[in-house]
Amino acid sequence: MNRPPAIHFENLCVDFEGTRLFDHLSFAVSAGKCTCILGPSGCGKSTLLRLLSGNPDIPFTGSISFSPQHYRIGWMSQSDLLLPWMCLHDNVMLGARLRGQVDEKRRRKATLLLERAGLSAYEKALPATLSGGMRQRGALLRTLMEECELLLMDEPFSALDALTRLKLQDLATEMTHGRTVLLVTHDPMEALRMGDEILVFTGVPAQIKRISDLPGDIPRRPASAEMAPYYQDLLSTLMNGP
Amino acid sequence: MKIHRILILAAGGLLLWQLVVAATGAPAYILPGPLPVARAIVGHWPELWHHLQTTLAEIVSGLVIGTLLGTICAVVMILSPLLKRWLLPVLVVSQAIPVFALAPVLVLWLGYGMASKVAMAVLIIFFPVASSFYHGMRRTDGELLELGRIMGASKTSLFYYIIIPSALPAFGSGLRVATAVAPIGAVVGEWVGSSSGLGFYMLHANARMQIDRMFAALTVLALVSLLLYFIIDTLVAKTLYWENPKDLTHEKIL
Repeated sequence: MNRPPAIHFENLCVDFEGTRLFDHLSFAVSAGKCTCILGPSGCGKSTLLRLLSGNPDIPFTGSISFSPQHYRIGWMSQSDLLLPWMCLHDNVMLGARLRGQVDEKRRRKATLLLERAGLSAYEKALPATLSGGMRQRGALLRTLMEECELLLMDEPFSALDALTRLKLQDLATEMTHGRTVLLVTHDPMEALRMGDEILVFTGVPAQIKRISDLPGDIPRRPASAEMAPYYQDLLSTLMNGP
Repeated sequence: MKIHRILILAAGGLLLWQLVVAATGAPAYILPGPLPVARAIVGHWPELWHHLQTTLAEIVSGLVIGTLLGTICAVVMILSPLLKRWLLPVLVVSQAIPVFALAPVLVLWLGYGMASKVAMAVLIIFFPVASSFYHGMRRTDGELLELGRIMGASKTSLFYYIIIPSALPAFGSGLRVATAVAPIGAVVGEWVGSSSGLGFYMLHANARMQIDRMFAALTVLALVSLLLYFIIDTLVAKTLYWENPKDLTHEKIL
């Protein structure tokens, strides 16, 4: 049974820093799926995510409607944003701490998440003592600790080395299963690996091409022969427009 | 290693001092050598100790009050943009007038006792603390604040969990500078008008041509200032444990 869309954009217009990024753009984001937003730098991908996060500095016209269970969001960006003065466990619980909701149940949940991500040995470690991959795993767990249906991820793996990136993509896919994920990336391989569907943004103001008939379950193997036509299609769209 | 370095530097300084005395042939009433000064420290220690207690009390009181006032001023400026517009010029003007020029006025207003010297020290300490803490808080990573906002943090918890800890390294730098300059305020105040303290003792000894005692007071003051700086430096380094994490665990501060 098809679920109603998680987010619906209608006639969205955004002018940001003197540029019209979106001009009467209308599209929907499916609920319970990972939607990758793929596009070159400067096409408005990150601005769209910041707009969804409720950033008051991005003026827009048109309408953005959320389905009721998608009002609360989780956020993950390219830099891990772990607080250097808190240990990993406290960083994972940051949201609860900021809202004054620290309790035993949440402590246990953070401990369990750290175990699942293979970080239980480091739960008392300071971020400065961890590798880039471990820190980004910590940032992913902090996002997952938030009891929300909608996860906004802004190029979260782009600063990592290739192998760590692959491992984290798999972990993120496994741990976000069933939630609505909006993942911004400029890497076609990452979009093919993680996206249930892909929205390709091109040009300024942005035009969108939706690719939603991707075969198989995520995480996929984007280098396989089966995915080659999709990869070519993505490259062609990115270079020549929809 | 640190102790070794300090000992080598101290020995080098003493040797240089003795060499200058020997090379210039300066009489003892102009530049006494390290040995007569050491003898003066030992011989007049009870007197020096009495005056040192006064000066130390002035420095520590000034440091505590100046740091508190500087911290409060910085926090007020961050919380209220309106008050910031009024306080920031006052802060700058407070540094534009040399504290040395204010010393006679402060002694006139607050008397020859400890209050005028503490006020001098406070005036010197206030600016580095307020300025560094304020700018440290202003430089808080915007992405961290955005993350906190998305997570539903109140202004109070953003301030407590993110803004203040972000500014602590800058605050620590300001406090180090304040500690290094704090003795200036106390001693200048004692020069202008007092009946106790190392500054008073130096003037008194100088007027009687007891230059070895004057240098003894100067040496004690320098040593105590250095000791105070090392204490504050160590405390700051221990508080900012994340700046130099030596192991994988830590004690929580929040």
